Amino acid sequence: MHMPLEDTLGRNLLAANQHRADHNRAHFDAWNLLCLNVMSSPGAGKTSLLERTITALSPQLAMAVLEGDMTTQLDAERLAAVGVPVVPITTGRACHLDASMVSGGLTLLQQRLDPAALDLLWVENVGNLVCPAEFEVGEHLKVALLSVTEGDDKPLKYPVMFREADCVLITKIDLLPYVPVDVSRIEAHVRAVNPRAQVFRVSAGTGQGMGEWHRWLLTTVREHAASQPPALVNA
Amino acid sequence: MHEVDMTRCLLLSLEEWKQEHHPHVPCVQVVHLQVGAFTCVEPAALVFTYGAAVQGSWLDGSELRIETVPLRARCVACGSDYSPEPALGYQSPCCHHPMEEILSGRELRIRSIDYTSPAVPADRASILSA
Repeated sequence: MHMPLEDTLGRNLLAANQHRADHNRAHFDAWNLLCLNVMSSPGAGKTSLLERTITALSPQLAMAVLEGDMTTQLDAERLAAVGVPVVPITTGRACHLDASMVSGGLTLLQQRLDPAALDLLWVENVGNLVCPAEFEVGEHLKVALLSVTEGDDKPLKYPVMFREADCVLITKIDLLPYVPVDVSRIEAHVRAVNPRAQVFRVSAGTGQGMGEWHRWLLTTVREHAASQPPALVNA
Repeated sequence: MHEVDMTRCLLLSLEEWKQEHHPHVPCVQVVHLQVGAFTCVEPAALVFTYGAAVQGSWLDGSELRIETVPLRARCVACGSDYSPEPALGYQSPCCHHPMEEILSGRELRIRSIDYTSPAVPADRASILSA
């Protein structure tokens, strides 16, 4: 017979992932680069957005991509074609990237270039509106996409994702004449669960609204770099 | 099913707890979790994957008990607390303000562990308390 005992922990269930995410972020900060975690359902247009944005901003920013994909390297090939260093991370059956997968991707990236020369690192997550919201990878900001063809109820159906996002892009707005959806309702539903999010309406296909998103990105990258301690910047 | 990955994280945390505090392997009866209603976790799926994952390990036979923490928010317009409803767009019923300040419902926490330890046998415990 043993005396029953109880330990009170109060520890985060995902502490193991959180530690690795904090470790990744410490690297990003030492390199003085901004890391964005891009998330959405499959087919919302993450890769198309990155193709257009990376093409537009590459004269001003040094960028690289960690590309999460369940089985193929198709997205990584598309992005490599626009001239950006891409490290594919094939997740197998896992429906999201976690901090250790991103850590493995960083090791591969470091074999190809010096991350301190980068301004911006994109992490394109696996297409999924549920899991990626709970698994931090070390990003500074979360970007969530929602295409107009998905319907205006998605922010209410998948509220955790849109609550956690720092920036929400309503994509494929060039299709608005063809779909029975009210874009202002989509935006209202995003703001209902997350009044502080930056919201942009864009079309990567036609370029509509992309200028405003790119200006926000440039400002965010510069403000982030300026906010880093000088010792780290010079390291 | 991300509950598999969550279970893996949970087992890593329990392993850390064992190594930090227990030179002898403790016999765990119950692991108590607090899971917020405003998370992506399905409690039944987590219990199922936990039961499968601990088979044959030092946690075999232990039970995962999940307490759901309700979603509560504070209306920043008038300061009153409320339970956001998806059907009402999560807004406050008092001022129809969007859900800004969340008070509870985002928890993913290991609250406590019930266990016995071979290092503290019952007869010794009774001597200590005498």
